[in-house]
Amino acid sequence: MAAAALVSASMGCKPTTPDAASVGDAAERVYVKPGTHDEFYNIVSGGFNGQMSVVGLPSGRVLRILPVFSAHPENGYGFSEESKPMLNTSHGYVPWDDLHHISLSQTKGEHDGRWAFGNANNTPRIARVDLKSFETVEILEIPNSSGNHSSPFITENTEYVVASTRFSVPLGGDAERDVPINTFKENFKGTVSFIKVDDEGHMSIAFQLVTPGMSFDLARAGKGKSHGWFFFSTYNSEQAYTLLEVNASQRDKDFIMAVNWKKAEEYIAAGKGKMTKAKYAHNVMDHNSHIATSTMMEEVLQLDPVELKDIIYFIPCPKSPHGTDVDPTGEYIVGSGKLAALIPVFSFTKLMKAIEAQDFEGEYAGIPVVRYESALHGEVKKPGLGPLHTEFDGRGNAYTSMFVSSEVVKWSIETLEVLDRAPTYYSVGHLSVPGGPTAKPHGKYLVAYNKITKDRYLPTGPELTQSAQLYDISGDKMQLLLDFPTIGEPHYAEAIPAALVEPNSIKFYKLEDNTHPYAAKGEGQARVERKGKEVHVYMTSIRSHFSPDNIEGVKLGDEVYFHVTNLEQDWDVPHGFAIKGANTAEILIMPGATQTLKWVPDRVGVVAFYCTDFCSALHQEMQGYIRVSPANSDVELKYSLGETGPQ
Amino acid sequence: MKKILGKSRIILALSALLMIGAFFVPIWEIMMWAPQYPEWLHMYIWLDDITGDVAIINGLNHYIGMKHIKVEMFPEFKIMPTIMMGVIAFGLLMALIGRRIAIWAYLLVLIAAGTAGLVDFYLWSYDYGHNLDPSAAIKVPGMSYQPPLLGSKELLNFIAYSGPATGGWIMAVSGLMVIGTLVYEYRRKSKSIAL
Repeated sequence: MAAAALVSASMGCKPTTPDAASVGDAAERVYVKPGTHDEFYNIVSGGFNGQMSVVGLPSGRVLRILPVFSAHPENGYGFSEESKPMLNTSHGYVPWDDLHHISLSQTKGEHDGRWAFGNANNTPRIARVDLKSFETVEILEIPNSSGNHSSPFITENTEYVVASTRFSVPLGGDAERDVPINTFKENFKGTVSFIKVDDEGHMSIAFQLVTPGMSFDLARAGKGKSHGWFFFSTYNSEQAYTLLEVNASQRDKDFIMAVNWKKAEEYIAAGKGKMTKAKYAHNVMDHNSHIATSTMMEEVLQLDPVELKDIIYFIPCPKSPHGTDVDPTGEYIVGSGKLAALIPVFSFTKLMKAIEAQDFEGEYAGIPVVRYESALHGEVKKPGLGPLHTEFDGRGNAYTSMFVSSEVVKWSIETLEVLDRAPTYYSVGHLSVPGGPTAKPHGKYLVAYNKITKDRYLPTGPELTQSAQLYDISGDKMQLLLDFPTIGEPHYAEAIPAALVEPNSIKFYKLEDNTHPYAAKGEGQARVERKGKEVHVYMTSIRSHFSPDNIEGVKLGDEVYFHVTNLEQDWDVPHGFAIKGANTAEILIMPGATQTLKWVPDRVGVVAFYCTDFCSALHQEMQGYIRVSPANSDVELKYSLGETGPQ
Repeated sequence: MKKILGKSRIILALSALLMIGAFFVPIWEIMMWAPQYPEWLHMYIWLDDITGDVAIINGLNHYIGMKHIKVEMFPEFKIMPTIMMGVIAFGLLMALIGRRIAIWAYLLVLIAAGTAGLVDFYLWSYDYGHNLDPSAAIKVPGMSYQPPLLGSKELLNFIAYSGPATGGWIMAVSGLMVIGTLVYEYRRKSKSIAL
């Protein structure tokens, strides 16, 4: 023991760990001078907060949180009468979801700055955010889906957005869905939905592929030469239905599923699709009235790719692939087997040749499986541990996140050599290079979105902020520039040059375009009307008063609807409205728009309401009173502004 | 028979008594570092227990199919305190006997006990690092995860370190005291011959 101790002492004490400093002039390179703007918008998924956030790059500053799938009391989204239908589903009102991935609209493979799409993972939905107003303008529920994770990836001209299932489940009528869980192999199916996006951005489900029961994880559209194809990573080809962490990790290879969607279109044109019953909500926000309507859809077109040949092929891919990413040329498809010790890169040209030559190693659930070696361009050897996602810089390099070894690995697509490594803090998930998933990446920066934060910031109890890191990737070596905290738990994000978005940003809504049926487009139209038990207040707001601001004649048992129109026609003058005891939230009304807060008074008295958005020097004076009388009272309904009575 | 000095006997007795301290502190530690564990994960081995971040280490290691570390997997814990007490008693007895041969006997017992401990630790760690569950989620071809016997070693994304903890250092000091006494007694002898 003494000898052992001597040896140990002579070896010195504890081993040293890798050094992790940023470059010396990093502060200067991320500093955005007061009064100047960031170079990129980073549209970041919020994960379990169900929202998107808008972050400026390179500063890492959060500019706004955009409510998408979660109610947002801050501005009344999901609480106001106008926005409630946005969160309607076939299950009723669902005010929360888990938003994982962002896709920005593209034209000819490049960002066009029109829309951002986001997915709801839990109650499957796809949302479209308008990048002019930064508002959620459409939400489409996905029927026959469970765990909408492999979504909302997009084709190079925004022809389609896809949504596929993470959890296979039994489909069909009640009798077909009520089956024992252990009949997974016979009864459980996955679906891949192709959602058509029209020129106005409106979404509709064009068709659904009904696939063997397995889990779809992520996806990317082909581009350039591979346009017309879509690639989906799959796992649980073991078809496990319990203890997946072990039972879905047994096969040496799962698959990347290649979908020829042009072929699917041909089958549909030939009438081969089957219209099936389905119930799902389609919610649209009207641009002029700012009123959302929810329509319940009743059927969806399905295709069976086992029966309809040549729509899908499987490519074997090692160990439960997570990301599947297509390089800017459309030639290379990178599969990131999260449990694999290498990264396979497939060649689209070779894949096409193998399919042509029917170079298959067999079938899986009736679908041909292409021979691994025949589709393979090559493998990146020893890249790191836990490869998850790959982005591209447009200069022939790929960047893969390594969850287990907490690093970003840069490698050459052509030679498959590892060129550089940079540590992340800690356990990186998605990466985002501006334009990374497009045919023309803008390069310059890479953001790593991390899953573990630990000691990077001042601690805030057990729950910590999530963390991101900004790297400069313009040189040979990646350089860490900045750590910045993020909102929610970001998964994927896309970044777009400010020049493509900033000039189109709406400053306010034109009052003359307001088609809200309860709008009061001037103080002359302000009024209060009773319809039975409903009291409708056509209210206006302008600095620094509401009209009317004295209301009497409301009785217990009434439902009061405050329809507040913001008469301002200037930039950055929203008004808010809140009233004591409302079981909803405030409403925040943009200039030119009308929003409605429903209030059910529960006691007799005079109740105050006020403006919640600090609008002017006399904001504190922006208030009003409403008198509530007993149900049997004969107080007359009246309203006024600026009237004073006899004392 | 070569009698030793009274002060040598006292040092021998102290070296034995010092080891009582090893009952109150861990004797060995294993530390693990990974980027996401900048604070290091610690595992402490006592004479009869394992403490520290064992639950976290077990949670991590199950991905690669390593066994769950728990006290019951070490039958050694049942006998190590007794052996330790035996070694201490033996040391005190040898101090009482107070002959050079007794110092030798005590030193040999110490080395034997220490070596046996290290061999036992090595055999356990070999099995722990090699005997992996074939259904583990992550299987890296050709990879085994035996922790280092002494010093540090890279294991996938972790740097693992193994070395004596306070109790180990106490035993080392005890051993050095015995060696020192032995050396002193021999030098004293040779000096007295020269005189």
